[in-house]
Order: sequence, then C-alpha cells, then structure tokens
Amino acid sequence: MNAIDNKWIGKRTIRPDGADKVTGRAGYSADHTMPGMIWGKVLRSPHPHAVIRGIDTAKAEALPGVKAVVTAKDIVDFPLDKSVMLGIQDMRWMCRNVMAREKALFHGHPVAAVAAISEEVAEAACKLIEVDYEVLPHVIEIEDAIKPDAPILHDFVRHEGKPSNIATTMVNKLGDVEAGFAQADLIVERSFTTRPVHQGYIEPHACTVSHAPDGRVTIWSSSQGQFMVRAMTSLLTGIPQSNIRAIPAEIGGGFGAKTIIYLEPVAVLLAKKSGRPVKMVMSRDEVFRATGPTSGSMSTVKIGVKNDGTIVAAQGTFYLQAGGLPGSPLRGPVGCSFSPYHIENVLSVGYDVVSNRSKVAAYRAPGAPLGAYATECVIDEIAEKLGMDKLELRLKNTARPGGKTVYGATFGAITFRETVEAIKHHPHYTAPLDKNPRKGVVRGRGVASGFWFNAGGESSAQLNITEDGNVNVTTGHPDVGGSRASIANVTAELLGIDHSRISVLIGDTSSIGFSNLTGGSRVTFASAMVVTQSAEKVIGQLKERAAKIWKIDPEAVIWDNGEARPAGPNAGQFPPLTLKELAAKANEMGGPIGAGVQLNTTGADPGFATHCVDVEVDVDLGIVRVLRYTAAQDVGRALHPDYVEGQIQGGVVQGIGWALSEEYLYNAKGQLDNASFLDYRMPVCSDVPFIEPIMLEIPNPKHPQGVRGVGEAPIVPPLAAIANAIHDALGKRFFSLPMSPPKVLAVIDAG
Amino acid sequence: MTDIRYLAPPTLDEAVRAFAAAQGAARILAGGTDLLVQMRNGMAKPGTIIDIKKIPELSSVTEAADGSFWVGAAVSGAVLAEHPRFGTVWPGVLEAINLIGSTQVQGRASPGGNLCHGSPAADSVPAMVAAGAVLTIAGPNGRRTLPVEAFPAGPGRTNLAAGEILVGFTLPPRPAGSGDAYLRMIPRTEMDIAVVGVGVSLTMAGGVVTAARVGLGAAAPTVLLVADAARALVGSRLDDAALDAAAAACSAACKPIDDKRGTIVYRTKVAAVLLKRAANIAADRAQGKA
Repeated sequence: MNAIDNKWIGKRTIRPDGADKVTGRAGYSADHTMPGMIWGKVLRSPHPHAVIRGIDTAKAEALPGVKAVVTAKDIVDFPLDKSVMLGIQDMRWMCRNVMAREKALFHGHPVAAVAAISEEVAEAACKLIEVDYEVLPHVIEIEDAIKPDAPILHDFVRHEGKPSNIATTMVNKLGDVEAGFAQADLIVERSFTTRPVHQGYIEPHACTVSHAPDGRVTIWSSSQGQFMVRAMTSLLTGIPQSNIRAIPAEIGGGFGAKTIIYLEPVAVLLAKKSGRPVKMVMSRDEVFRATGPTSGSMSTVKIGVKNDGTIVAAQGTFYLQAGGLPGSPLRGPVGCSFSPYHIENVLSVGYDVVSNRSKVAAYRAPGAPLGAYATECVIDEIAEKLGMDKLELRLKNTARPGGKTVYGATFGAITFRETVEAIKHHPHYTAPLDKNPRKGVVRGRGVASGFWFNAGGESSAQLNITEDGNVNVTTGHPDVGGSRASIANVTAELLGIDHSRISVLIGDTSSIGFSNLTGGSRVTFASAMVVTQSAEKVIGQLKERAAKIWKIDPEAVIWDNGEARPAGPNAGQFPPLTLKELAAKANEMGGPIGAGVQLNTTGADPGFATHCVDVEVDVDLGIVRVLRYTAAQDVGRALHPDYVEGQIQGGVVQGIGWALSEEYLYNAKGQLDNASFLDYRMPVCSDVPFIEPIMLEIPNPKHPQGVRGVGEAPIVPPLAAIANAIHDALGKRFFSLPMSPPKVLAVIDAG
Repeated sequence: MTDIRYLAPPTLDEAVRAFAAAQGAARILAGGTDLLVQMRNGMAKPGTIIDIKKIPELSSVTEAADGSFWVGAAVSGAVLAEHPRFGTVWPGVLEAINLIGSTQVQGRASPGGNLCHGSPAADSVPAMVAAGAVLTIAGPNGRRTLPVEAFPAGPGRTNLAAGEILVGFTLPPRPAGSGDAYLRMIPRTEMDIAVVGVGVSLTMAGGVVTAARVGLGAAAPTVLLVADAARALVGSRLDDAALDAAAAACSAACKPIDDKRGTIVYRTKVAAVLLKRAANIAADRAQGKA
C-alpha cells in the first residue's frame, strides 16, 4: 500500500481552482445575479434580550419599491417541546436563529426581512418596521449566566430541576476518578477561561434565490454542504427537497461556520412572496454580530500523577458559551481533552450555557482547542513540578492501541507517540534558546499536544469517461481544503493517465447523490474512498471492453499505465488499448463508460498533533510575538502535500490569534463593540513566522490511499503551546485568553 | 438613492467658494480613505464632494531654500515616501505617515486627511506636533496659520471654522544635529489603530539635547504637545534620569479612556515606555548613528 513511487498521489500538482481564483473569475456566493433580481435586507434586534410583543410591517410594505416582507410567522415553527434533529443541529434552535420568534436573544438577532428593488430601499423599509419590544435584563458572560439570580433566557430550560441557563450536561467517564486521585503523589488543579472567537472567513454569507411560479426553487450560495442548505431550507420553508436545487458556489472560507445557514430560507420566502429572484449579502458587521463564533469557556482541569510521571486520574469540567440558543460543542473538550493519554480514571463533564450573544457555530475541531488549552497547561505544570522533560511526560503516558477512550471508542492503530517523537528530535526542540537576547526582551519555548476524532460519513461520486477519452469526476462536497486537487491526483494515479486529462467538479443537489457536510476532517477521507471505488468500477468496465474487442476473458486483461493489456503471453498477443481508443469504441462495445459509488464511509481514525513554539515577550509593553513554530502531525497520506501543509499552517495561525489577540468585546448594553476586522484582531501575515509543518505519513490502514483527516487537529495545540512558552519566558502562568498586551503587562507588573 | 454632486476644482479659490456655497452639506475629499468608508457605512451622507487633489498647492511637496518643507494637505503617504529628500530630513514624520493603513491605502491616504479626521489616535499627528509643523488654512475670510497642536478640538472635531479648508503643512528649517522618530503601540504588527503613539524631535550638539518637542497620541481626547517631557530632555545627554523624568511627564499628560483598544492603566504606562524608545531613536538619528 502507498508505494512511494506513486506518479500522482503526493505530487504538488497545479490546483484545479487556482487560475480562476487568482484571476478573479471564480464565482463566489455574492457573484450570482439574475434578470429581475431584487435585494433582501434583514432588520436586526437592537436589544440583547427582549420579548417581541408584536411586529407591524405595514409602513414598510407601503414604501414604494418594497416587494415582500418576512417575519418569523412565515418560517416553519418547530415547537419547543419536540426536538427535530438535522445532523447535529436541532431545528428548534435553527428556526429561532434565522428569525427571532418569541424573543430577541442577542443584539443583531434577525427580527424581519425585506426585499425591495434596491439595497437602499430595502434598508429604508427595514427602518419603517415597528417592533414592540419588552426589553429584558441581559447576560453575556458564562460566570454571570450561571449565577442563581441571572436573567433566564429560556423558560423551558431546567438544570437540576430549576430554571437555568445551563441547557445540557454531558458526562464522559472512565474508571473511578476518586480512587485514581487517591493513588496520586501530585495533583495539579487549575481553572482557565477562553473567549469566543470568530471563524474569520473572508467571504461574508450571501445567496441568490429563485422561486419559479411552478414552485421550483434554485439556491446559489456557498456553504460547507449544498445538501445541508437544501435540507435546512426545506425544513424551514416547508418546500419538499425535490423542489429545491442548491448549487454550491466557490467558498471563501468556512472553518465550520458554514455548516449551518442564515439567509437561504429567508431569501426563499422573500422570493416566493415577491415572485422575483432575491439576493442577500451580509455586511462584515452582520457577520460578526449574528453568525457563529465558537464558544468561550470556563474550565477546570485536575490531573493526578505518580512521582514517576504516570498519570493516574484526570478530571475536567468545561462550561461552554452557546450564545442565545443551546448547542455548544461539548463533545470537543469533554471527549478530546484527555484522549492523547492513557489514563485509567477520567471524569469529563461539559455544560452548555446560554447567554445573550450570537449562537455559536462549528469552528475547526469544535471545542477541542479550549479543552486542550486547559489540559496541556496543567500537563506542562506537572512536568515542571516533577522536574521531567515535557515531552518525556507525554511519551510516558501516550494513549495505546486497544486503549479505551473516555468518549467510548477503543483505539485501533494510533500515532500520537510518533508526533511527540518527531518534535523531540526536531532541530527546533533540540536547538538552544537564548532566553535573554537583549534588554527588555525575554524568550521562551513551549510544547503542547492535541487530539481530534476525525470523521467518515456519507459521500457520493460519479466518474465518467468523456467521448474523447478523458475524465470527469463529480463529488458532492464543497472544496474548502483542496479536495478537488486531491481527487484529481487520486484519479490520475488509479487510471494511470496524465493529471491534466481529469476535471473534478462539485455537483449540485440535483446532479450528484447525497453527500454530507465538508467538515470534521472527513471530505478527503470519504471522497477519495468513493472515487477509488468508482475508478475501480470504471477500470473493470474498460477491461471488459478490451476483452470483448480481443475476444478473450475479462480476467485475462490488466489495466496498466492508462491502457488495457493482455495479462500475459497466455492471454494472447494484442497491442494495448488506451483509454482514448476504448472511449472511441464505447458505443459499439456496450455504451458510455462511467460509474458512481455512494457510501456511508467508516474507518476514519483520529488525528494527533504535537507542536513546539518559541515566543518573545516585550516586557515593557506586554507584547508577545511568535518567533518560530513547528507542528508535527500524522497526516496518514498526503494526497496533495501543499494542501496538507496549508491546513496545518492555517490551523496554527488561527490558534495563534485565539491565544494572543482575538476576542469579542461587549459593552454594558450587551452590544458587540468590535464588529470589524480592525478591532477584532486576527493575526495578519506579518504577525506570524513561517510555520514549519512536519507531515508524518503513517498510512491509515482502513483507507485505500491511507488518508487521515488533517484539517482540525492543527488548531488544537497552539493555545496551550503558546501559554506554556510564555510561562517559560516569564516564569508566570496565564489562565485566561487572549494573552493580550494589557493582560500580559499586568501580570509582569504584579511581580 | 440620494444624488451626490462631485466637484474637482483646479484652484483653491474655487474650492473655498464651492465649500462655502454648500453651507455645511459638502465634504472635502483628499485620499478618501476615511470619507468613503464613512459614506459606505452610512455615517456620512454629503450632498457635495469637493476633491482637492487637482489643486497644485494641495498636491505638492517642496523644499524651500531655507530648508523648510511644504507638504500639501492632499499629498499621499506614498508620494512622500518616494520624495528624494523628505524622509532624510524628517524620518520620524515620514515613518508616522507611512504607518497609516496598508500599502494600498498609502497610495491615497494623506497627512492632511489624517489630521482633519480628528482622531486622537491619528499616527501622523504626534510626529507633526513633535516636528513643530505649522498649518495653512484657507476660508471665506482668507488665509491663516495655526500650530498643528492647536488644530484638534476633541475626538472627531477640529478647530477649522465653517467653510475653512486645510491647505497644508510647513515644517520648519532643520538645524544640523536634528533627528525625529515616531513609535506607536499596536497589538499586531500592522493594520491596527495606535493604542498610544509618541513622536519625538530632538536637536543635539556634542551629545547634549539643545531642543526637543514631544507629541503624544491616543492618550487624551486630542493629540498633545507634551512640553514638560521636552523640558526634561533639553540640556541632558539622554541619561536615565532625564529619560525617566520625560517618561513620567508623558504619563502625567495622559488623560486616556478605557476602550476596546486599551485601558487607562496600560496606555499611561505605555506612553512612558514609548517616549524613552522614541527619544533614543531620535537621538541616534540626530547624531548620525542611524
């Protein structure tokens, strides 16, 4: 398996979407227009928490140029007493997120929408809508939301029998944690907080929607799943899926947050009411105020060890901020935090806390980074207290094949140890660090590890041979991480033809079979699997055609280097038949050549990562800069190494922002105060050094090419790695993110 | 949609007449890097836009025989960066102007616009204050001059009278042994607004400071001239005691607010740190060491 003499797999081929993207031809969400199209705009709540007593849209509807107005009463209601799930999303919350129903739950919550002949008229009409609000006290932060006297967001939410903002509790257990701690020689228990951070994709949410008079709906929008767009729109509008065609646009970043929708059902209803195609485009301000960040958190992690470094027990308590409606990614911190390690006794508990901020959406390894932040900082402190090398402590406790995880799975072949070893022997970790290079500056080095589940799931592919003997491959996954480039390499390898003869397309919901979301680090794993099986079927067809032409048994034909050949001298003496020659004879030999495969894929083993970082602290200003960063990860098989490296580097950069500079700032009125890229500080290019990826290619035995998901694991370790590096530099531990200059300086000044 | 009238007069007189005629409904356009953003997000809805870039006096950089510089209000940062002499004489002013926005923004953004926007965090202003720049202002009642530090009136407000237009900056002749520097604190490495900014201009002879000016930004409702800090530097060899005294004067001058970009405590402390660092850079430049 995975012979290194592959001709195409593992090659840095030209990406199929590259030329269109760099020349501006690529069609993103907001690029589609239609004749007769009008514009939709959303009216948003000015209050973080208010009962909506009534909405009067009469004046807006009377404004010349206004074609339709929509409120929650036009959206299909999902009553609070009955959960309806679509994947991991509860439609009760989705319907209330796309349009406030009983209550406005955050500043910026959609309350109504208008479609009009221009954006200006639509905006003017929004201002004419009269909403009768009963303003309620609001609560923003977790620590306030869980107080006994906190304003309660939802009457139906009960925790321990009382009204509460704790919507759900998740408990994962292994062994007996109390008995485990009783054996410990050293116990370290620390509490940490992190802030909600936005996924920060460059492309704002947008869509264009047509609702034809016969009831057929077409949606052009970018997302991490056109089938999700279709299903959610169907559920929220009552239009059957067979009448909705969702066409995926190029996507300008999603990072998990485009696994749900905001605009599409609203636009469909505006288009239905007005009889005109409707376009909606969010501003950056709207993206920040009303689309998902990931959860902020309040965590306590307690780990007990023997004097020799053996971890005997671990306990984690993770409170996650859900936003105005339930749905924090609890399984991230609860399931991932301790999974790199073999620990007999674990208790991991998560609480989903609602408060008056926008509803969270998935973000790259949802929830896992904030859990690893707490765990990996405690591991660092334990190593320090035991006087052990930090990587040795990890090596001593690595999870084992056959070991049981706290989230219920039993590990197969796993590769955590290899990531720790890779860092341990890397020239970065072995190089001496000058901790005091000049006056006013100190440096430090930190390490941390991370874990992500990875995923398989439903994928469909269709592989067709064109009449002139070239290849079209269609999959059902929006390409956010290079899936088209990877699939082109796999197809070229399997068919033995030049990469340039393959075109990889993303089908719409009517042209390819159901394919689940692009997320969970599943798409390259799953789609390579269905494309491989499709290619194998096509090769079977090609061999049959050659056998027919040669009048020999199909078993006596092999497919080699893009041609059919007799299997050996006994099969007969025939000149090889190329793909082009077989395509030319396709019709006389039985018809078009092509095959599709649809599967619920399994075998996506988890991903591990270990990172090492050097930082420099300006002790007078409190500024932390990242000097050097090395990230080791088991990537299974890098079908297209550029993309694998890009995933690792991108995850690290987002982790650096999370650790050092990104945070939502709310004012006393419960309004987001920094809804722009100016004051929501994601790292810019000059903030980050070259990030060196170490791709460990240890093939996943359960995948035809050995693929393992790579997109999520790299964002898990950076938060703790940077915190540990700052501790190494300053001798001080930080327990809250971001480690921004005022916070760092305050700790330095406290002495 | 509302109509906007766009004028690009070729002379200052025509610009002043058109601006007065609009009776407050007009906005002056130089680079537009503030105005167009305000218009796009609905904060500004001018009936008339008067583009001043076609007026030669407002778009020119000239060095006079006495060594003084004229910088028109609409000159962009990129043009100043390419000027063969300006950055040699006023490296601190130039580095401050060139910190505004991105490379693309530098092609449009002007120090005149930066000043007229009225932000206490405007990067070019503390450097201009340290440089002792004098403004030329034209209005219906003719021309007047004003020291740059007297121009800001508060956040988003200036001391321009109704109908007045900023024409440009005059930077004084530079004695031998002079150097200036501007430093700002931002959490990132670029694309941020100053949390604190400090401009220092020094003239030195034999290692001793003979003249000094200090401008302080983002630490009070307006950019400040910190005379006490300058006084602490003059006569010194920039020894620790003098720098500590000047830094303390800078902190004392701070009247900052807690906001999304920084806290009172942090800004007050950072003003002192930046004063010392900027003074050392200015001194190195004054003595030909950098």
